[in-house]
Amino acid sequence: MSQRQIIQVFEQYQKSRFQFVQTVSDLALRPQNIEILQNAGVMSLLRCLMLDVVPSIQQTAALALGRLADHSDDLAEAVVKEGILPQLVQSLALKNRFYKKAAAFVLRSVAKHSPELSQEVVASGGVDALVLCLEEFDPGVKEAAAWALGYIARHNASLSQSVVDAGAVPLLVLCLLEPEIALKRIAASTLSDISKHTPELAQTVVDAGAIAHLAQMILNPDAKLKRQVFSALSQISKHSVSLAEMVIEADIFPAAVACLKDPDDYVRKNVTTLMREVVKHTPELSQVIVNCGGMATVIDYLGECRGNLRLPGIMMLGYVAAHSENLAMAVILSKGVPQLALCLSEEHEHHIKAAIAWSIGQIGHHTPEHAKAVASSDLLVKLLELYMDASSSEDLQAKSKKALKSILQKCTYLPGLEPLLYDVPSNILKYVVCQFSKVLPNDSKARRLFVTSGGLKKVQEIDAEPGSPLQEYINAINSCFPEEIVRYYSPGYSEVLLKRLENYQPA
Amino acid sequence: MAEQLKIKSEVEEFKKEYFYRNSGAMTKAIKISEAQLNLRHIEPTTKATYFQAEENRQRDYQAANRIQSWFRASKVRAYLSHLHKKAIIIQRIWRGFTARARFRQMVKAAYFIMKMNFYEAMAVRIQQRWRGFFVRKHIHNYYARKSYLEGLSKKNELVRMELAELEELQKRERHCVEMVKEQTAKVYQAHRLHHLLSTKQCPGVFNSPFRPAPHEMEILLRQVKYQAPTRLDPRGRACLMGMLGPTAPSFPGTLGSPWIKTTGTCCSSKPILPPISSKKQQGLFRKPGEVWEQRMLCPDLTLRLQTSYTHLEEAQNQLQHKYIRLPTGNIRNRKYAPPSEAQQQFLYSASLRQEL
Repeated sequence: MSQRQIIQVFEQYQKSRFQFVQTVSDLALRPQNIEILQNAGVMSLLRCLMLDVVPSIQQTAALALGRLADHSDDLAEAVVKEGILPQLVQSLALKNRFYKKAAAFVLRSVAKHSPELSQEVVASGGVDALVLCLEEFDPGVKEAAAWALGYIARHNASLSQSVVDAGAVPLLVLCLLEPEIALKRIAASTLSDISKHTPELAQTVVDAGAIAHLAQMILNPDAKLKRQVFSALSQISKHSVSLAEMVIEADIFPAAVACLKDPDDYVRKNVTTLMREVVKHTPELSQVIVNCGGMATVIDYLGECRGNLRLPGIMMLGYVAAHSENLAMAVILSKGVPQLALCLSEEHEHHIKAAIAWSIGQIGHHTPEHAKAVASSDLLVKLLELYMDASSSEDLQAKSKKALKSILQKCTYLPGLEPLLYDVPSNILKYVVCQFSKVLPNDSKARRLFVTSGGLKKVQEIDAEPGSPLQEYINAINSCFPEEIVRYYSPGYSEVLLKRLENYQPA
Repeated sequence: MAEQLKIKSEVEEFKKEYFYRNSGAMTKAIKISEAQLNLRHIEPTTKATYFQAEENRQRDYQAANRIQSWFRASKVRAYLSHLHKKAIIIQRIWRGFTARARFRQMVKAAYFIMKMNFYEAMAVRIQQRWRGFFVRKHIHNYYARKSYLEGLSKKNELVRMELAELEELQKRERHCVEMVKEQTAKVYQAHRLHHLLSTKQCPGVFNSPFRPAPHEMEILLRQVKYQAPTRLDPRGRACLMGMLGPTAPSFPGTLGSPWIKTTGTCCSSKPILPPISSKKQQGLFRKPGEVWEQRMLCPDLTLRLQTSYTHLEEAQNQLQHKYIRLPTGNIRNRKYAPPSEAQQQFLYSASLRQEL
């Protein structure tokens, strides 16, 4: 055979290898093919092809492997078991940028399934190799490496710590400055995943100067980037007061409020999450956000969105109102209470309702003014319904009861309290009657209203053990009214009168 | 009567005395001794008294003892009582003195306490007023709170209004961008379908004689200027060439080439450059308008080079081939020819780097 024919044999072999690898990677895009591929033993074949001489075959084999591992847990475990990881990691340091991208993709798809698999990736030295990739010029390689690091750091604090120990954070902050939007997104998302676990990790991210860069990117028009930026800022600020103050000092606030009108839902949700994490620490931080008009915007946002997206906004209102009565009054003035009432009637999930009940409790429990504002939106009745409803979860019942109790102890708005006299369990009734007994002795108009609206009648019908506080309150109420009226309204008075009639002899 | 009784008792007394005197053992002893001593020659009266005295000696002795002891006792008693009285006097005076001193002290203390209570009561009044004033003025300032809450409502209103405006603006911009996109797509279509333009002889597809007026596509077709397809992205051509006259100005702030995907902002006021893709290289002879734009703007500075790594070698290779292909070898006699592709690239990149 001539030289040409021999070389042709090799070329044919190479072509067929390439075709195989190409087809496998295309098939791996569809989930239904993957089982079949797995049963056919594709893993070991791909592993051998990754050691191939031709670079394009190596790269395509790595890509195919990444797609397979991406799909399911067992395949990712198979990747680990076959011992592919060490050779991937070694070749990460040596090969060209396409291979690096594909290898980083494989590492990412292995690490995303569970903490144990991520631990395997870390144990085979993957983190250091990925950090080396972060120093490359090519933005695609950096993006793949940052994404893989993000998936590793997402699972738990020790994995994040190993990512940070490999020196990834300064490089990620540099990636934030690159012009490619995709790279910025991934870097922000990775920083967010790193800083979400513990305050020390968040502090490391802050020390690398991430906050200033993240703050600059708030005005970027790209929606997905803004999502990640706000998520990162909220994960940083949630841990402690000093971190939250550092985030505020970056002057994001008047600008972030404008992002609440962004068309993308998740951008708005993440902005509200950031506000909630900042607000929950101290009254001064809440004051900053309230003063720049954040409260009004969040309340409008609550009116526009539905479902789980409302949760951070509701909790933010609760946290702000919890700090002091000034701030609670600010919430009321910004029309927060009608909005919360609307949310309560529209939402059906129990955890959201529980959050609303808690927020209402925080708003209403400060002074009689606040309690009046809550009571005049008929929220007391709704809270009572939530408490009495047997299908409410325990958490919801507990929160609505607590809210109801704390508001009732300050409520002097009698028209709001009246509906609560009917069909109420005795532990709540005690508070209601107590409030009546405090207000009625001093206000004659209220007494008149109490009689005409049937409240006195209802109070007489209440059955209380003598000597209990409830009985004392009832006595206190009865002593505000003349004897005859009390007797008139007491139950069974008509029978008493009729009996007297029977015994009466006309003279 | 009383005297009689008295005399009778005296008689009785005498009798008793007589009996006692004479019946005692002494009397007998005296009588015996008298007999022995032959004391008969002594007078009977002295004898009698001597016997009496002997008999009464013990008694008298005891009586005398008694009297003396009583007397002495009374003397001592008198002395003791005198002493007691004097001691009492001294003690009385002393106690009075100390009590008065103590009382004086108590009065002073009570006076002092009374004064202090008064001062404290006054001080409490002052402190009450001051604390009330201070708290109402600085800590729980009602008017500050009221004005804060009013200001907050106003600020909320303002923010709501501004954000509503912002949202409106953004919506309009997005709408505007979409419209521009649609329009350029139409213009591109018109450019591709230029051959469907109606002629004098034959009305085109979009200009059916049964229609009252020509279709908008027909109008577009009439406006689009036909150009031979070049290496450039045809959409780019269509934009630069096709967007004439009334199609463009209806959109405020039309953008240069908005349909090509950008990495930067899409709503800026500056025209955006076509992206520098890594596959093709920049040539020198672009349309003057494009070059002028690129020259006027500041490109993004990154670490990446805008030319390929091997362009120099390639350029040199091409140059060599060019020279080899020419029939007449003399460089001086060579007719002027515009620079070749590779030369163009080299010159352009060199000019960008400002080496020429």
